[in-house]
Amino acid sequence: MTIVSMKVNGAPVSRDVEDGTLLAFFLREHLGLTGTHIGCDTTQCGCCVVHVDGRSVKSCTMLALQAQGCSITTIEGIGEGDRLHPVQQAFHESHALQCGYCTPGMVMAAVNLIDTHKEPLTEEIVRQEMEGNLCRCTGYHNIVKAILSAAEKRAESRDSARV
Amino acid sequence: MHHLRFRQPGDIAEALKLWAEDNEAAYVSGGHTLLPTMKQGLAQPPVLIDLTRIPDLRHITAEHGRISIGAATLHADVAASDTVQRQIPALAGLAGSIGDRHVRNRGTVGGSLANDDPAADYPAAVLGLGATVVTDRREIAADDFFKGLYETALEPGEIVTRVVFPVPEIAAYAKFRHPASRYSIAGVFIARTGKHVRVAVTGAGARGVFRPKNIESALSADFRADALAGITVDPATLLEDLSATAEYRAHLIMVMARRAMTNLGTTQTYK
Repeated sequence: MTIVSMKVNGAPVSRDVEDGTLLAFFLREHLGLTGTHIGCDTTQCGCCVVHVDGRSVKSCTMLALQAQGCSITTIEGIGEGDRLHPVQQAFHESHALQCGYCTPGMVMAAVNLIDTHKEPLTEEIVRQEMEGNLCRCTGYHNIVKAILSAAEKRAESRDSARV
Repeated sequence: MHHLRFRQPGDIAEALKLWAEDNEAAYVSGGHTLLPTMKQGLAQPPVLIDLTRIPDLRHITAEHGRISIGAATLHADVAASDTVQRQIPALAGLAGSIGDRHVRNRGTVGGSLANDDPAADYPAAVLGLGATVVTDRREIAADDFFKGLYETALEPGEIVTRVVFPVPEIAAYAKFRHPASRYSIAGVFIARTGKHVRVAVTGAGARGVFRPKNIESALSADFRADALAGITVDPATLLEDLSATAEYRAHLIMVMARRAMTNLGTTQTYK
């Protein structure tokens, strides 16, 4: 057992864990943050995507101890109280989910994509950059639509802030 | 997951010392091959030595017509590097084509090379560019580094510290990916410096990454896609599995070689 310390959604946490504990299990079982889902457990589906120091990663393929001292953001950490994050709001408005299982990973991937992509997003870029997240219900169309709409709203608010 | 101890050394000397204490220990970097292998029970190292917190192992530096990339540098950072994009766009494109963006945020060049998966992308760039793999104890030329499937010239306990890529006049990479795993079924890297053309094929060789000499000679004589007409690769030297027969791979290699010739000097890798 080793004590692991990191920041999760802004709050410092410290827990004694088995060294082999995966970050996804640490978040779900030690911290009770069950919004991070485990779909395939083989680094394919992206349901477990969280941000580690501002980068999107698959938390089923990272040990909790590899995140020692890092800053983690999970799906629980992006909204403000009952107010949805703009990407969550866009998923709601575009009906970008059906069963919802992949949604936390989709949203976390999309937030990171919108925050970090240098050029304006196009449908082609979104489809390419989101290929690490699998959805078995929607056919992706509305997910892409939601991400483009959230990205556009963000660009508009940036432009108006500049005026 | 089996019971294990996790160690995070701050420098190479400490990493080597930890390995000397337990020769069954495994080094881990991004862990995107090792952790899934451990979950399946196919590897059960009693100790994991994480190399990603060693500062010297994470850098991208241009030096005298060469680019040095630290072994623990992320695929995402190689793909986004201005230096790499400007000097070897094909290498930036290759790094940006690996797995998906979340995988590229964890995977490292050193991990990819030490693992030497026959379908990995980096071996194609390292062999195609004639790079040098630098370890804690020596320098290994690309032509001597890759030994077979998941097999390299690395000694037990040896650590890749950086890779030095010579900057070619022009280079390109084209690959045909498995749609689910995103690994190459056939990937071809082409680099020209002066009259010298190097070609490396990944994803297809029965013994891992290799240099098809007939493609190299044809392109050395005439550096145009048309020069590849009539050239074939012997399927007997190629991999065969559920995703592709050896004959199909032989065909794909030539298609990718022609495609690479249209991607020269760009970051374009597939489509």
